[in-house]
Amino acid sequence: MIYHDLIVVGGGLAGLRAAVGAKAAGVDVAVLSQVWPGRSHSGAAQGGVNAALANHPDSADDTWEKHAFDTVKGSDYLADQDAVVQMTKDAIPIIFEMEHWGCPFSRFDDGTIAQRPFGGAGYPRTCYGADKTGHYMLHTMVERAVHAGVPMYVEWFVTRLIVDDGVCRGVVAYDMIKGGFEAFAAEAVIMATGGAGRTYGNSTNAIISTGYGMAMAYRAGVPLKDMEFVQFHPTGLLTTNILMTEGARGEGGYLLNDLGERFMEKYAPKAMELAPRDITSRSIQTEINEGRGIGGKGYVYLDLRHLGAEKIKDQLPGIRDLAIHFEGVDPVEEPVPIVPSQHYSMGGIDTDMDGHTDLPGFYAAGECACVSVHGANRLGGNSLLETVVFGRRAGVAASQYIQGLHQRKDAGPSGGRAVAAMEARVGELAARGHGAEDPYAVRAEMTTAMKDHFGVFRNATTMQAGFDTMLGLKARVGKVGLRHTGAVLNVDLIRTVELEGMVDVALAIAAGALARTESRGSHSRTDYPDRDDSDWLRHTLATYHPEGPQLGSSPVTLGMFEPQERKY
Amino acid sequence: MPDARFRIARWDPEHDAPGAVRYDEFTVAYESSLTVLEGLFSIQEKLDGSLSFRYCCRAAVCGSCAMYIDGRYRLACQTNVRHLGSEITVEPLPHLPIVKDLACDMTDFFAKYEYVKPHLIRNSADPEKEIAQSPKDRQRLNMPIDCIMCGSCYSSCPSVWGEDNYLGPAALLKAYRFEVDSRDEARRERLPHFDNERGVYRCHTITNCVEACPKELNPTEAIQWLKGAAVRRRILGRLK
Repeated sequence: MIYHDLIVVGGGLAGLRAAVGAKAAGVDVAVLSQVWPGRSHSGAAQGGVNAALANHPDSADDTWEKHAFDTVKGSDYLADQDAVVQMTKDAIPIIFEMEHWGCPFSRFDDGTIAQRPFGGAGYPRTCYGADKTGHYMLHTMVERAVHAGVPMYVEWFVTRLIVDDGVCRGVVAYDMIKGGFEAFAAEAVIMATGGAGRTYGNSTNAIISTGYGMAMAYRAGVPLKDMEFVQFHPTGLLTTNILMTEGARGEGGYLLNDLGERFMEKYAPKAMELAPRDITSRSIQTEINEGRGIGGKGYVYLDLRHLGAEKIKDQLPGIRDLAIHFEGVDPVEEPVPIVPSQHYSMGGIDTDMDGHTDLPGFYAAGECACVSVHGANRLGGNSLLETVVFGRRAGVAASQYIQGLHQRKDAGPSGGRAVAAMEARVGELAARGHGAEDPYAVRAEMTTAMKDHFGVFRNATTMQAGFDTMLGLKARVGKVGLRHTGAVLNVDLIRTVELEGMVDVALAIAAGALARTESRGSHSRTDYPDRDDSDWLRHTLATYHPEGPQLGSSPVTLGMFEPQERKY
Repeated sequence: MPDARFRIARWDPEHDAPGAVRYDEFTVAYESSLTVLEGLFSIQEKLDGSLSFRYCCRAAVCGSCAMYIDGRYRLACQTNVRHLGSEITVEPLPHLPIVKDLACDMTDFFAKYEYVKPHLIRNSADPEKEIAQSPKDRQRLNMPIDCIMCGSCYSSCPSVWGEDNYLGPAALLKAYRFEVDSRDEARRERLPHFDNERGVYRCHTITNCVEACPKELNPTEAIQWLKGAAVRRRILGRLK
């Protein structure tokens, strides 16, 4: 058994920021990650991070209050306003902190951090480093964690929580390189494992964004909140769903249909291409559904040609490379075929703004958590912000919890029991072997069902069919077997173990979506086209039950901005 | 549907003698587009569950899947089989210890990265707002900050092959990234970490790293700049 005061699961921006803070507070903290932390999915974020720095000539009177309003309106009023206020206030010092730590933001001529317009924002307040902001922030944070001497257990795959007498006391992790489970005992655990994009077959997300961290919490009895709210990014590459940043439209890019029209004029006449993502994705999907996709097919164009080669190469070099390598299209020369693609989980582990959950000693931050600051629809540039703001806060809260404990004890027999349970589970998978249910068939059917039945537009009939499919997959995932039982870097084992969690999380998305009989933000139902504040201005809570999710709810914190109709 | 024929290097420390790499052949059918990484997943799912490789972003930004594909350093996720020959040979990064199949042991690689003090060093107090940096000063960072730590350059460098202690192109590129940052105040603090027998003088400008880099970066040029900086500071006594 290995011991640290605090275990952080996940080495992306949220996890590392939590760890750096805890280390500075004198806590013995360690990070466990299934990849070298610099490879985490935070690094795929492109367009930028929001903070009301007022550096842009057009944003001289920008304030955190305006950032808060845009965020709440963007959320379709489902965000908790106290948390949004905290995030938008914290944004300013925390971006300066990232800069002081070396983050290479792009610059205006006066030497200040450059900012660009982004969707749903009243001012150009998205701080950026070209179109690789996540990569730059993540590497800066890794450098900071290395400098701070945070121990990192790299290529350790965390598989379950250790819970003893109603308190979280560590995790069980699998050594991906050597094989074998190990108990990591701790006084507290922070989950920071990212989103659940890969439950969908059309995601922009990294392959490791499976939602497994959410599933571990869910299985341990912690509710998942607002899982039905799944963001579809308007501009994923047609062939691969790889992200083309919103910054492309922030820099002036157009969306065009088969007739060559800037069709956003019909849907968001003021904001045009910079409407929030839910509205823009619905607009694109409507054009496609009504036969105005390019050549009548299922995609439209992102056209950057009018920006000119210099601006594209200077401000958008990353997406140009991606379009060339993955779609065979150079945006300088040709419009880029794009399609709305699953991008972000607004929902996640139910936390407050300090990362606390219902389980003492267990915290969550970043995309795997739901504070909620994004409500029913996240604004572009608020996810990188969320990682550092709430990663920091969770690190502080967990450190204070640990330092306030009167007595510390090791996880004792509960650690050994949790390891034995994991070993037994893998033993069953191995015993069932190759002839059992095919885990990759289950995975493929799950990702297809989520894509087809819980997409941009939803209705009761298709969702019920999708939910039934998912219930069937839930039964089948209990019968899958391993194809390979080797100890060293067993990809088959990792992907088979994580599948069960993915199915649980997908079912929570499906159940929440089916139950919510209104349209709000990203959850758009053709059979219930209107927002229903009298019945549904509340968070969905899904609690794990072997038969399927049990749904409850919790109130939304209002107070600063009264709900009103969203127009852009 | 066209077929992609893969020839994949295999080695499992649990079963194979040291160095006894063999090549297994697999055929994967595809419709119009197939990346090498997608091909590997297809093989792992349908043909041989024991195949090991690293993966993460599948969008050329995380650096997990650098491999030696048809005799060139490439990211498996960024390489489409359409652009390769009829038989595709996939091997782990050459000259590095193999963990299993297509995954190498990167322990030394990351230890060397940590050795060069890869963080912004500041001595003066931070301002309340950002540390000002002109667009021109920021531009000097454009090349080195795009490094994804994939290890291709490190694997390709004959000086690394010949000297285990040599820091190699990626770590030195990282040192350069901070040395040329107008905000960095390391002066002579980072200097002993690249101006030594493990450091810049072991680069003989063979430029394999430049050719190998899937992000088209130029570690060789960065290392020559560091040599100049070392001379300026150590011999001429300058601070920057």
